[in-house]
Amino acid sequence: MKYVDEFRDGTLARGLGEAIARAADPARDYAFMEFCGGHTHAISRYGVIDLLPSNVRMIHGPGCPVCVLPVGRIDMAIRLAMEQAVTICTYGDCLRVPASDGLSLLKARARLDKSRADIRMVYSAADALALAQREPQREVVFLAIGFETTTPPTALVLQQARALGLKNFSVLCNHVLTPAAIVAILDHPEGKGVRLDGFIGPAHVSTVIGSRPYDFVAEHYRKPVVIAGFEPLDVMQSILMLVSQVNEGRHDIENEFSRAVTRDGNRKAQALVEAVFELRPQYEWRGLGSLPDSALRIRPEFAAWDAEARFGLDYAPVADHKSCECGTILRGEKRPADCKLFGTACTPETPMGSCMVSSEGACAAHFNYGRFRDIAVVAA
Amino acid sequence: MKAHYTRPLDLKQGRVDMNHGAGGRATAQLVAELFGRAFDNPWLAQGDDGAVLPAPTADEQLVMACDGHVVSPLFFPGGDIGSLAVHGTVNDLAVMGARPLYLSASFILEEGYPLADLKRIVDSMAAASRAAGVPVVTGDTKVVEQGKGDGVFITTTGVGARPAGRIASGARAAAGDVVLVSGSMGDHGMAILAVRESLAFDSAIQSDSAALHGLVDALYQALPADAVHVLRDPTRGGLATTLNEIARQSGLGMRIDEASIPVHPQVEAACELLGLDPLYLANEGKLIVICAASHADAALAALRDHPLGRQAARIGEVIADDHHFVQLRTPLGGMRMLDWLSGEPLPRIC
Ligand code: SF4
Repeated sequence: MKYVDEFRDGTLARGLGEAIARAADPARDYAFMEFCGGHTHAISRYGVIDLLPSNVRMIHGPGCPVCVLPVGRIDMAIRLAMEQAVTICTYGDCLRVPASDGLSLLKARARLDKSRADIRMVYSAADALALAQREPQREVVFLAIGFETTTPPTALVLQQARALGLKNFSVLCNHVLTPAAIVAILDHPEGKGVRLDGFIGPAHVSTVIGSRPYDFVAEHYRKPVVIAGFEPLDVMQSILMLVSQVNEGRHDIENEFSRAVTRDGNRKAQALVEAVFELRPQYEWRGLGSLPDSALRIRPEFAAWDAEARFGLDYAPVADHKSCECGTILRGEKRPADCKLFGTACTPETPMGSCMVSSEGACAAHFNYGRFRDIAVVAA
Repeated sequence: MKAHYTRPLDLKQGRVDMNHGAGGRATAQLVAELFGRAFDNPWLAQGDDGAVLPAPTADEQLVMACDGHVVSPLFFPGGDIGSLAVHGTVNDLAVMGARPLYLSASFILEEGYPLADLKRIVDSMAAASRAAGVPVVTGDTKVVEQGKGDGVFITTTGVGARPAGRIASGARAAAGDVVLVSGSMGDHGMAILAVRESLAFDSAIQSDSAALHGLVDALYQALPADAVHVLRDPTRGGLATTLNEIARQSGLGMRIDEASIPVHPQVEAACELLGLDPLYLANEGKLIVICAASHADAALAALRDHPLGRQAARIGEVIADDHHFVQLRTPLGGMRMLDWLSGEPLPRIC
């Protein structure tokens, strides 16, 4: 657009693309995973692939909060609203994720008696808390999802709810942890199919947790990690840094996004999270299966504001649609176009799997921005 | 109805009540003292059930278009539902190549709506109609109970006359044609969103709501009529959706250069903030022109010569493509699709 942005400049991008092409060894391939859905979106939205040499391949990772939320967890929220007359508040993308019985939170909403229960979209955890304060007769449950960036705000509302002694507010916690998902991908037994030479880590996660939690990827798995910002030029710069590391046989944790990331991250935010949450021994991820110590749950001191404790909820795993390839796609083993349902039964209007829902999901990004690549387009 | 038999309409404190839509004295008074005075023209003054209008000339064709307006909020920077109701329908006629001639207006009012605000809307609508030279020649008023409307809904229908030879249509896009826009994209949509989300910006974003028939005329003055292949106003769904409609209609594809699409810096900044793409935001005073490449320079010059087209730009070309994809070259230099807007629940914007 006619508004020059130093982070999206075409000349700089071309220069970086050429630098990557010069650095990349033509005798080999490079496969890097951008862990985070935000990077997937930036890569697709700006057509970054076109600026990379053909032997550098980007693989979309599982870092899209909506994509890894399993059906059973959404079913829990739907049941709460339908059977326990609760008002569920959650982020917009969650509403459209397909759940059991052909339902989604959005479709469930249409069946509710609005005088008793509701399902509402909020922009923040604080909005949900404010609703509970405003309407004390309404039982409000915040369906919390997300990686380390959204965890501190949820911790904050839980502390506030306790301080206020709120009786009509609780949180259904689905906060998950980035490093655990990376381990799952590197360790996955079927993961033999995907060879990865390095990771791009999300900067906003590291502004909270720092870069230290990635040390094991370098030390134990001997893979480089570059923590990068979300502008397309940030992503390209980090790809160049990964190519150099691979060429030099290094596997370091590097930081492209020096603007705000430190080794230790935000200690205050970490302390806040620590005070409210503890590790969940097991949590099921969509696509990655049940992973130990991969998610957070609310500490017993906050049980009164923990929807799982308060309503005696149990998690029951539910299988995904049998043709949906979200699992293999989230692990980087397949690409969206490999799914039989892609673009036919499954589109952003009629998503069959979670990867087609959020614009950060691999299938939605490919459908919205990239699907012309699957078909040779005749030029005029 | 003689005004001195009843107290005049209380346009300061009064509110719409059910009687105003019942068809009796109250309705007649509302029509006479509010609509009649504001729109004042001989057809309306006849007071019959319809307007009797002169037939167009023999070599012209009649064009008719209709547009319902439910924008919320009713008043926004750069316009209101009244002016929008005029511009919306006038523009539908204009992009058909027609000279807009007459409008009808149907008002659905909600019980309890302040008459002072209704007067502001009607006055603004009348001003827009006069400025466009397109009179409101007939109308209707209904009132619905409180809670069953949203203040005011306005549906306008327009009649225009299309001179011979003006045959622009989405299906006429041809491979090799050039795609032009008359100005910045997304202003109206963002002006509405900014009010709703109460975003504070240094300088408020204004809706681009405007009547486009003058601009269309300027274009036809500069080009042979059959060189103008497609005319569209990219309203709901924005530029992206309109280009996809044209691609589907014509069975062709497009290649658009994102860096050449004009977007106001504030709109761009607000989009960043809200995670939106200005190419999907509505416009109410912008034109998309697709014409033969040999006439592109003349078309661009004609648009830029007109006050509504100062920022006109050439943004891409039509290409052969069996899948009729609209492709976008990003400012970074990569390619991606510019797809249809997919089902986001966006607020009512027109
Ligand atoms: S295209 Fe749809 S069904 Fe297939 S993997 Fe993606 S989300 Fe699942």
